[in-house]
Amino acid sequence: MMSNENQSWPLWEVFIRSKQGLDHKHAGSLHAADAQMAMENARDVYTRRMEGVSIWVVESKHIHASNPDEAASLYDPANDKAYRHPTFYDLPDEVKHM
Amino acid sequence: MENSLEDVFQDKVDKEIKIEPRDWMPEKYRQTLIRQISQHAHSEIVGMLPEGNWISRAPSLKRKSILIAKVQDEAGHGLYLYSAAETLGITRDEMYNQLHSGKAKYSSIFNYPTLSWADIGAIGWLVDGAAIMNQVPLCRTSFGPYARAMVRVCKEESFHQRQGFEILLVLSKGTVAQKRMAQDAINRWWWPSIMMFGPKDDESPNTLQSMKWKIKRFSNDELRQKFVDVCAEQIKLLDLHIPDNDLKWNEARGHYDFGKINWDEFWEVVKGNGPCNKERLETRKKAWENGAWVREAASAYAEKRKQRESLSAA
Repeated sequence: MMSNENQSWPLWEVFIRSKQGLDHKHAGSLHAADAQMAMENARDVYTRRMEGVSIWVVESKHIHASNPDEAASLYDPANDKAYRHPTFYDLPDEVKHM
Repeated sequence: MENSLEDVFQDKVDKEIKIEPRDWMPEKYRQTLIRQISQHAHSEIVGMLPEGNWISRAPSLKRKSILIAKVQDEAGHGLYLYSAAETLGITRDEMYNQLHSGKAKYSSIFNYPTLSWADIGAIGWLVDGAAIMNQVPLCRTSFGPYARAMVRVCKEESFHQRQGFEILLVLSKGTVAQKRMAQDAINRWWWPSIMMFGPKDDESPNTLQSMKWKIKRFSNDELRQKFVDVCAEQIKLLDLHIPDNDLKWNEARGHYDFGKINWDEFWEVVKGNGPCNKERLETRKKAWENGAWVREAASAYAEKRKQRESLSAA
């Protein structure tokens, strides 16, 4: 017989699409025994005022996160490439519609 | 080395860059936040009890629906905050244990009884009002998950205060007995509400460090004064009075002066000797224990389904 007193429900991350056409956005997390319960709890905890039209839940243990200590080297490749931005290019004011 | 990590941390805080769960932080910062956020979460959860007391006795279906929605919000607020605390490495079960064993504190205000329907009005106006005064600056607190939880809480809290003021407004325009009931509720809730901001600044030893870390943005006394100033004006619309003979506009200070707070009472309630400390904790523990079979059944069901799925996949 399994007891959950020392084995608590897993943690889930909740993502909500606030309206059609927008991305799902991280809303928060909660505990639930399974995906269905996570979905129902997410509805009650994060959409009490019609904040969503679609919910994603994923068990937190399945999320792999980048390490903030390695941020400098991780993002280094993009650091010296200002030419990827439109403002890098010096054009005369006379050029219209660009 | 330790020193330079701390410098980098403080530099980020000074530049208003939020601290996120996986960033390096001083151990004391982590512990202070765990204590503060979990206490805050416990307050939301225990805060459901005095109001839940009136759900079955609300004077109309409309008031009952509103009160249920409000109490449900408090549960939600507790959950947002428990989640934020969990990102710092404490588990939900540890926090529940701290609450149920009496080790963790929650806001003392919830150790006062709700004797009449007008108390629901006074709680909304004063207790939620004081909470909002405390919580709005916390939306900018330095720890990201706490700040985000507080943004959500503050958005929802505004209706709580407005419905409370409206309850009192209706009572104040009602019969003589109803008006008296509203005044009685304000008489009982006023002083405990202004104690909600915590001890005076010179007796609040953690404030300085918390302000340096931008966990806290204003001192207890600053927020208390702001609350008194706001309420002293709002009460005029209720045609009732605040139970403080020393409450007087001070032109020179640009603030209301107010009477002495009974700090002995405050510390007695903190120590566990308030009117309802025991009852609240027992009710909370009973709710947790009575829910044990539901939690076990849900776990057993999830386990069984998982096994069935792996069987059919094989």
